[in-house]
Amino acid sequence: MADTPMVTLTIEGREVQVPAGTSILEAAKVAGVLVPHYCYHPGLPVAGVCRMCLVEVEKAPKLAPACATAVADGQVVHVHSESSLKARQGVLELLLINHPLDCPICDQAGECELQDYTFREGRAEGRLGPEPKRFNPVEDFGGDVLYVPNRCILCTRCVRFMDEVAQEPVLNVSERGDRAVIGKFEGQDLTHAWASNVVDLCPVGALLSKDFLNKARAWELDRTPSICPNCTQGCNSILETRDNVVVRMRPRSNPDVNQWYLCDEGRLDYKWLSPATRIEAPLVRQADRLSAVDWDVAIRAAATMLGGSRVVALVSPMLSNESLYAASRVVARTGGTGVFRVVTGPEAPLPGVPDLALRTERAANVRGAELLGFRKSATPLDEVRAGDVLLVVGETLTPADAAAVARAGQVIVIASTLVEDARGAAVALPTSTMAEEEGTFTNLRGRVQRYFQATAAPGMSRPAWWILADLLTQLGEPTNFFVAGEVFAALAAAQAEFAGMSYDVLGLKGQVTSGARVAEEAAR
Amino acid sequence: MGYPHKTHPKETPILSKYFGEPQARTLEGWKQRGGYRALQQALGMTPADIVNVVKESGLRGRGGAGFPTGSKWSFMKPGDGKAHYLCVNADESEPGTFKDREIMRWTPHALLEGTAIAAYAIGAEVAYIYIRGEFTEPLRVMEAAVKEAYDAGILGKNAMGSGQRIDVHVHRGAGAYICGEETALMNSLEGRRGNPRIKPPFPAVAGLFGQPTTINNVETLAAVPHILNNGAAWYKALCLSNPKSTGSKLFSVCGNVSRPGNYEVTMGFPFKDFLYDLCGGPLPGRKFKAVIPGGSSVPIQTMEEAEGTLMDYEGFVAKGTMLGSGGVIIFDDSQCMVKHIARFARFYAHESCAQCTQCREGTAWTTKILERIEAGGGTMQDFDTLLELADNMTGKTICVLSDSCAAPVVSGIQKFKHEFEAHITGKRCPYRATAAA
Amino acid sequence: MAHSGGDSIGEIPYRPVFVGAMKEELDALLGRYPTKMAALLPTLWMVQRERGWVSEEAMVEVAQVLELTPAYVKGVVTFYTMYHQHPVGRYFIQVCTTSPCGACGAEKVVETLLDKTGCGDLGATSPDGRFTVIEVECLGACGFATPILVNDEFIESVTPEKVPQILSQFK
Repeated sequence: MADTPMVTLTIEGREVQVPAGTSILEAAKVAGVLVPHYCYHPGLPVAGVCRMCLVEVEKAPKLAPACATAVADGQVVHVHSESSLKARQGVLELLLINHPLDCPICDQAGECELQDYTFREGRAEGRLGPEPKRFNPVEDFGGDVLYVPNRCILCTRCVRFMDEVAQEPVLNVSERGDRAVIGKFEGQDLTHAWASNVVDLCPVGALLSKDFLNKARAWELDRTPSICPNCTQGCNSILETRDNVVVRMRPRSNPDVNQWYLCDEGRLDYKWLSPATRIEAPLVRQADRLSAVDWDVAIRAAATMLGGSRVVALVSPMLSNESLYAASRVVARTGGTGVFRVVTGPEAPLPGVPDLALRTERAANVRGAELLGFRKSATPLDEVRAGDVLLVVGETLTPADAAAVARAGQVIVIASTLVEDARGAAVALPTSTMAEEEGTFTNLRGRVQRYFQATAAPGMSRPAWWILADLLTQLGEPTNFFVAGEVFAALAAAQAEFAGMSYDVLGLKGQVTSGARVAEEAAR
Repeated sequence: MGYPHKTHPKETPILSKYFGEPQARTLEGWKQRGGYRALQQALGMTPADIVNVVKESGLRGRGGAGFPTGSKWSFMKPGDGKAHYLCVNADESEPGTFKDREIMRWTPHALLEGTAIAAYAIGAEVAYIYIRGEFTEPLRVMEAAVKEAYDAGILGKNAMGSGQRIDVHVHRGAGAYICGEETALMNSLEGRRGNPRIKPPFPAVAGLFGQPTTINNVETLAAVPHILNNGAAWYKALCLSNPKSTGSKLFSVCGNVSRPGNYEVTMGFPFKDFLYDLCGGPLPGRKFKAVIPGGSSVPIQTMEEAEGTLMDYEGFVAKGTMLGSGGVIIFDDSQCMVKHIARFARFYAHESCAQCTQCREGTAWTTKILERIEAGGGTMQDFDTLLELADNMTGKTICVLSDSCAAPVVSGIQKFKHEFEAHITGKRCPYRATAAA
Repeated sequence: MAHSGGDSIGEIPYRPVFVGAMKEELDALLGRYPTKMAALLPTLWMVQRERGWVSEEAMVEVAQVLELTPAYVKGVVTFYTMYHQHPVGRYFIQVCTTSPCGACGAEKVVETLLDKTGCGDLGATSPDGRFTVIEVECLGACGFATPILVNDEFIESVTPEKVPQILSQFK
């Protein structure tokens, strides 16, 4: 790569240098100029069919498609000249010829590139005569995908994604001319584990998520950078929320982790981030029933239990590094052991992207838990001996855990929801879900990545690290954490693998731990 | 020309000399007429020498673009270690054009011989003849000729004993005009939808199966044996005035004319003589009104323009149109130009591959507007819309199908605006015998 | 050519096309091309030759023998106008109605064919199952207006007057 010669060109009066072979469209991004486009997507083979990105290149006889034209030294490119603007207006007018003006009932409205570019550059008035628009019925493509052919602009991003990235060609372009539609074969649905990416890729409202259908208007949503918590891959995501409820999770681009994609299972498993039933106050068992108390009462009660006994901490691999770090210090302080278990499922790779898969281990921070000294086990509660205190952090107890729970002298639960099998706890402390806090996860390749707070936690619930830090203080090991970043700083100072890291250093793309870095370099 | 007319004295029958003679179809008959001497000779030459002869002859592509054939061949670099391919474009689908059909029907070995010479000259061991699906008879004739040529050792691993492998396969299309576009043809041959490809890369770099490929029209290749037999100078001398356009050219003639059919004339032949002398002029009691000289994709000429045209690449351009594929479509004074322009637009809308927005939507919209005007529902604003739409559809897409739809609309409105206006003001087609009350 | 059926209608299971001699023909065909995909158009032609049309089941079989997906095959089938996606009459008549033929009376030829075959409408099959008539774009024989294609038989210079005699050849 270092040998690729650089090419200098001028785009909209701005001189840029890019490697030879770069398209004008990508070079324009470097110059800070957006060339409007529909069919082009950096993750897909170039189709060059929407013709929206036609730009004027000085001395060229015709307008050039910016997506399919390589840069050349000394090129002078005009994106906003009269001729390219006129060409784009022409494309927009033609795309609207058969496009229903049903924006008020279209899920894509507000985040629709046809709407946006028409608003910015389209003709002020339509010229369509009395001719009726083309009509085709809505089709269920299977999986989470609905196809609304009337809105389709035939950009073929979905077809190219299934062909080249998912490598399961179940979509096609059927028919030709203005009769053409995206088609599939009867009985062969969009059931690929990553198929829902076609909904994100669709620049208009032609491919819709059934899960999100008619749920919210795009402009009502708040968007927060996050990490998909549902497997060890650590795909970067965006949590979209409305009225303090997560209503959709979508991919956020990170070339080192998930490029532009998010698997179906991951993206659709977001409802637990805004659970309907919550513990909203600390609960302490008084006269055989759990009663709401103040935080200091609850912390004192829990610390008293932890103080005298051996502690088995069953933590969730869905917890942040920050909470796991605080838990590890509680374990160290009290003497005992920290364990966890992981739900698994079949691995589902996305073949067109190296090292991207829905991973077998369906939890975000398995690697982080291991690095912080927790032991993975299929039967972690075998550790519990009679009279131990069982400290459950973020993990869900099930009927299978009943014997171990009975064996334990006391059970302390730190959770957002009190499930049936945890109701025997002596103390239950309410936590936020990952959507309600900020923190970091360490993915399976050792990449430490930040997620941000998207919603407010209800009632008195707090991040687990906060509760655990208060417990530590109560146990005689004073802590002074006010925000998650301080916990992370302490973690980075204490753990060699995280040395040199801070929230500022991690930024939005994350950084790999020192051990993983060594492994990466060795692989090269 | 022999079929279905006797050759007119003013014709130059080279390619069409044996049209109508069933014996010329067979290998035996073709050899008796001098067949395969040129291939024999070519296999004793170096590919570069063959390319030079063709370059010197001035032969240009007969499919529509008129690109110099020798130059095209010279883009191929024999010995680059890659598989080279030759595609023969027998997807003759341009409305008004039916010359390649006759070459294949009557002189299949002429095409095969030219194909084998071209394959050798560009370093290709495999050639595919892509014949449009509707050409059932040419398909049968070509397949029989290929079999004969293999059986006689002309084609195959050791073509004519030269040690050179030349395989030729006939491949049948299945109904898609756009497959006559060279990269669409390659996609179709590869088993894909016939979508034209973005260029670059050009076929000579990455064409069929991603390999260096040359694609030539049937008529172009059929001329090659004659050039080798008679020499580049002979071919170059077939020229009436303009040295840039040499050789003989088959023109297909159809529409409202006394003697439709194929006529072969020397480049530069006066179009007026062609129309009135060779083709016999209009039908009794009629007058010619308009001519589309190069297949439906080129601008329409008025008779005044047509009668002053010389029939070669530059001659047609000088009179505002193009030689194109040499399909001469003639309309007489009984015909409604609006109806025919609308019908051509419908053709392109039907054939658009659906890739580019301007083409997919533009051809269909153009058709709707024109058909509305033809039915009496037009407005004066439709002119602006049609012309601006045509501008949008010109020079902005991967291939020129969209441009082809726009060309007759623009020239039609320019030259026959009064007919459009008559439809709009009269609210009906003035050519319809029974108008809606 | 008459189609011999073979596609599942109701309870009758689909019979594969590419067995025996057809399989051998396919194998020979594959030898002509460096990829299996390239044999797609000729393979579909073989299906239509055998069955008279290309059913969805046949697309699945073609996809299987050429290592493609059914959706891919269908995308290609729907691009080309000559593959029948529904059963058609024993004699499938395609009439050119593009402008040059239109200028020479193709519309009257279509009308006469629809009338004399009993098809009534374009694309409809006659009650006796004998004919289906459709309009097509340029058949490439514009000087011999009006050309028609009856299955694989190309007939030139058809006029309304000639229609009855032509139809009588196709029982």
